[in-house]
Amino acid sequence: MIEYSRSITLTVNGEDVRETVEARTSLVDFLRERLGLTGSHVGCEQGVCGACTVRLDGVTVRGCLTLAVQCAGSRVETIEGVSDSGEIADLQDAFVRRNALQCGFCTPGMLLSAQELLASRERAGDGVPSREAIRAHLSGNYCRCTGYQAIVDAVEAVARARLGARASRPLLELEEERAGRPPLEEERAGRPRSGAP
Amino acid sequence: MKITPDLPSELTALDRPNSYIGRAVPRPNLARLTQGRGQYVSDVTLPRMAHVAFVRSPYAHARIKSIDAAAAKVASGVIAVVTGAELAKIITPWVGVLTHLKGIKSAPQHAIAVDVARWQGEAVAAVVARTRAEAEDARALVNVDYEELPAVTDAETALDPATPVIHAALGDNLCFERRHEAGDPDGGFAAADEIVETTFVFGRHTGVTNEPRAIVADWNPGDERLTVYQGTQAPHMMQNLFAKHLGLEEHQVRVLTKDVGGSFGIKVHTYADEMATVALSKLLRRPVKFVADRSESFVTDIHARDHRVRAKIGVTRDGAITAWEIDDLTGIGPYSVYPRTSGIEANQVVNLVGGPYTCPNYRALARVVFQNKNVMCQYRAVGHPIATHVTESLVELAAAHIGVDPLELRRRNLIPDDAYPAQGPSGIRFEKLSHHETLAHLDAMMNYAGLRAEQTRLRAQGIYRGIGFASFVEVTNPSAAFYGIGGARISAQDGATVRLDATGAVFCHTGVTEQGQGAEAVIAQCVASSFGVPIERVRVITGDTDNVPYGGGTWASRAAGIGGEAAWQAGKALRANVLAVAGQVLQAEPKSLDIRGSIVVDRADGRERIGLDEIARIAYFRPDTLPPGFQAELVATRHYVPKAWPFAFTNGIQASHVEVDIETGRVTLLNHWCVEDCGTVINPQLVDEQVRGGVVQGLGAALFEKCEYDARGQLLNGTMADYLVPLAAEMPDIEVGHVVSPTADSELGAKGAGEAGTAGATGAVANAVNDALRVLGAREITEVPITPEAVLRAVGRG
Repeated sequence: MIEYSRSITLTVNGEDVRETVEARTSLVDFLRERLGLTGSHVGCEQGVCGACTVRLDGVTVRGCLTLAVQCAGSRVETIEGVSDSGEIADLQDAFVRRNALQCGFCTPGMLLSAQELLASRERAGDGVPSREAIRAHLSGNYCRCTGYQAIVDAVEAVARARLGARASRPLLELEEERAGRPPLEEERAGRPRSGAP
Repeated sequence: MKITPDLPSELTALDRPNSYIGRAVPRPNLARLTQGRGQYVSDVTLPRMAHVAFVRSPYAHARIKSIDAAAAKVASGVIAVVTGAELAKIITPWVGVLTHLKGIKSAPQHAIAVDVARWQGEAVAAVVARTRAEAEDARALVNVDYEELPAVTDAETALDPATPVIHAALGDNLCFERRHEAGDPDGGFAAADEIVETTFVFGRHTGVTNEPRAIVADWNPGDERLTVYQGTQAPHMMQNLFAKHLGLEEHQVRVLTKDVGGSFGIKVHTYADEMATVALSKLLRRPVKFVADRSESFVTDIHARDHRVRAKIGVTRDGAITAWEIDDLTGIGPYSVYPRTSGIEANQVVNLVGGPYTCPNYRALARVVFQNKNVMCQYRAVGHPIATHVTESLVELAAAHIGVDPLELRRRNLIPDDAYPAQGPSGIRFEKLSHHETLAHLDAMMNYAGLRAEQTRLRAQGIYRGIGFASFVEVTNPSAAFYGIGGARISAQDGATVRLDATGAVFCHTGVTEQGQGAEAVIAQCVASSFGVPIERVRVITGDTDNVPYGGGTWASRAAGIGGEAAWQAGKALRANVLAVAGQVLQAEPKSLDIRGSIVVDRADGRERIGLDEIARIAYFRPDTLPPGFQAELVATRHYVPKAWPFAFTNGIQASHVEVDIETGRVTLLNHWCVEDCGTVINPQLVDEQVRGGVVQGLGAALFEKCEYDARGQLLNGTMADYLVPLAAEMPDIEVGHVVSPTADSELGAKGAGEAGTAGATGAVANAVNDALRVLGAREITEVPITPEAVLRAVGRG
């Protein structure tokens, strides 16, 4: 057995974390087992199903294909973090209203992937994605329950709502999003969110 | 607990004030799941919890000559290494048979294989360690000496005298056989102008639940109780089985099921490795956790289908179906799965073939054989996809032979909507179905005539589109006829207990379970409506054998129709109890009162009299102000089981619209429609989503999903990278419509909807692909999944 362990420091959902981990420990196992962040799920452990999707320095990654030691010095965000910050509250609300989840096991990963699509299109000024584009983007996230249509509906509804609200959003936030830094919670207060389909 | 007689109620589910029945109420448990706050079994950790990893046979059939665990036992973190013989002292083996499946036989199955491993993936030893990683490390150090034995893999030759017998004590490899003959099949075929005969092949596939099977077993010798956290569909069934095979009383076992990451029939069976985990907890006197990793899921989660059906239909030139005949052969692995058996699916195929049609002349043979592959058992829509695909492909083949439009042939042969009660060719009985109305609805919804015109137009451009249909019936709301009469302790009834809390909110404890289908919402809708409170005032408790009424759980599309009715009746009973208190407080006749929006009102004019919070305050804290001798009863329980009909059959029809690229063989799903009739629709959004999710599982079977085995019984594609599942990009939007024929067997009139989508989708796609290619003179494709290679072969390019 390989005994290599390493001390790492990183930020997880805005909190500083210092832990010693075995080199072989995957990021999702580290999050779930060491930090108790069980919202990221383990479905296939080979990067296919997407249930373990988390954000590493602002980009979605497979938590099962990323080693915890690779995240030293990085910023990790999980479903718990983006839920508490309110960043995806409109998506979550749309998923609930549209019943875009059944068992819910894929949902944290699905939401993070959907948020990546919408945020990137917002940044690039690409407009509302087509249903085909939404389907293509979410094709790395396996859902056995819904058949995907409700998920596509929910994401499409939020895309329309966000881009409709775009003109009225504070300039500061737009600029920071372009710079890749999500706005702080207090900056976000009062931000209009009209995600209901 | 006092049982109060129901109010003599003239109100029905649909006309009660402020009813939630028929409304798309969002599910109460969804918000936390979107926030990553679910409580799946894979999330559970307990003090002193150990983890088990299983050593699994790499051979499909092998004698276990010796197991050397010396190195593993001293590896870091290891608590124990346990063999099958050692664990057999803790847990007894089981045999998956039911008495009403005449002649079914199977062999004793152990939690861990003893002496012989009979499929690739069967556990042969368990390694328990402080962490899963340490258990897996030590697993690699267990040295098992195997003698490989000849593997029986081909179902076609499993019964040949030259084929080795897997269980010598059984004498042969036949698990179950059923023959059925009804009407006059020979006369029917003799009267036919055309007889179409073909052979259908249905690939093995599996459930691929997003959360793999997971269990945490906690034997506490201090209070002599076993607590099991398990992702299961049937907690009370599992309570019984754990107790039975560990030598415990049922009350010593508590099964807890919170969030389950997908079930679909995968999690309603007894799994040897889960039984082993429970036994290991008892042996080691501490909690033990097992979560299957995906590679284990592929070789141990039950597989499904794997049928070869020779089938024949007779039809007259003017479009009357005259006879049906099938010969079904299915391979189920080395054991009939406990306790529901692996004979049920073939039995269902015999029951369901020809089900929607009037033609009574039917001959069927079904044989279920053992083989050295993973076990096969009931998965969503048990038997329906096979029977529907066979029936509906025969119908479309017959239509093509006599040159009649496939919808028109159905119109001429489907049981008329005014002919009920009626029965199918196998003798299955239908209370009220609506084949013609659903067909008419579908015809309009999809603009069939327009699509046919477009199809013709596009063919001229070298674009091959096809339209295929599948009418179906679906078994829902089963009575004891399914399992109970066969000796299985699987409850057909379900109970609901409703209690008023001290602020006027209600708790409903139900025996049905939430697998993601929306049972909690449906139960809350029923209670809120029949009792009379806003739905936010209802909290639903499921999945705890210590704290819910005894019940069957979730399978066979029963949760809404059976659990919902029990909850509806319990809400009514509690309303009567509460109005008895209100009658005392208000000095009014309880029958003159009602509860609406959490307020006791005059039934006649809705005038508000007193709030439920005030009733609860008086009853709980100031009962001294009630008349002497009056006792408030603020809990009510009701049970329900269908009585008039053994099953509440539903019906519907699906259509698939595909485009086939004859250069690449690729099939693109353009549209899919389903019109179904599940009786009263309690929550239209949830019904639609059950249909859509079910359709997509059928689409996966039609085009992608197959467990590929080689001749030695090795699974060749047991990873999610190799086994193809439907993903968002390949799936079409699915339009769902409804016709409503309530069952008179319950007050709500709701039937099940969970399996309708899966029942018809595969056959509809196969018919659509063949419809696209028939113009090219292609050979009929009768095997699923329909791969690009199969398409190219059919058009002579493969």
